[in-house]
Amino acid sequence: MTETVGIVIVSHSRDIAKGTADMVRQMVGSEVKVAFCGGNPDGGLGTTVSLIIDAINDAWSAKGVAILVDLGGAETNSEMAVEMLEPARRDLVVVCNAPIVEGAVMAATEAAGGSSLAQVKAVAEELSAD
Amino acid sequence: MSLQPDTFKSLVKVAAERVIASAPELTSLDQAIGDGDHGINMKRGFEAVLGKLDAISAQPLDEALKMIGKTLVMTVGGASGPLYGSFFLAAGEALSHDRQLPDDLANVFGCGVNAVSARGRSQAGEKTMLDVLIPVLETLKTAAGQADLIARVRITAAEAVERTAPMQATKGRASFLGPRSIGHIDPGARSSCVLVQAVCASLEGQE
Repeated sequence: MTETVGIVIVSHSRDIAKGTADMVRQMVGSEVKVAFCGGNPDGGLGTTVSLIIDAINDAWSAKGVAILVDLGGAETNSEMAVEMLEPARRDLVVVCNAPIVEGAVMAATEAAGGSSLAQVKAVAEELSAD
Repeated sequence: MSLQPDTFKSLVKVAAERVIASAPELTSLDQAIGDGDHGINMKRGFEAVLGKLDAISAQPLDEALKMIGKTLVMTVGGASGPLYGSFFLAAGEALSHDRQLPDDLANVFGCGVNAVSARGRSQAGEKTMLDVLIPVLETLKTAAGQADLIARVRITAAEAVERTAPMQATKGRASFLGPRSIGHIDPGARSSCVLVQAVCASLEGQE
């Protein structure tokens, strides 16, 4: 089986993150590794760097990992999480500027075809183009 | 000036306790123009710092600040975690591996401010914590070495936080509100002011 780019979904709400991951799995299948997380360290709405790091490692692929986020803090915490990864992995993880649900489905669809991390990111970000 | 473990420990303790005590005010400011979690997030982060106070204050200053930064990054649960965390991580990087505060405090503080600016991709005037941190940095530069430095820093922070009220937010959650963000003090600017003033009060108490 060829390696595909992994997908990580980071929402303030674990329910949204899980629901998005469910949609991706149903629409794209299981050949792409999808991990998700949401919630602050107390389980309320928010995002948690340590959970994001765990999700990145769960979805890890030699081709890299694309992260889809919802609102500001999810992006800031995801960028922080990427910087705290071991150095060899940092350059293989990107945060996509794309809507979380559509972006995750598009990114996973592109990843399933064996595309590179840059291609996966570009396809997700087309959704945000003017 | 050297900062001995007990002095540093009481400084961190005062700062953390004041942030925790300000949580209701930060929450109410954030309910006006954000998502209402700034108080509880800062409280969670600084309670975690208090929980590690002995370990933190046993470290040389550079490691101590980095420990504070990492603790905030891991426990806050909102964008303020990486923002404040990056401040302390970068300021820690700029300190030496001992208990000496450098003469050039503005340089250390400035490294922290630059890290916040980079992390948030934000500048002065966007109604954020930088609108307190940047004026404080300017005062640290212009009043360096003067006898009333601490008093001037405290006044600078108090005045700067008030100046965020008429600003329209262009960064962070408050920017979603556009012109409706005008008239409210920025919660991140307020928490920065609380921290700066707590450090000032603690240092003045030591003199």
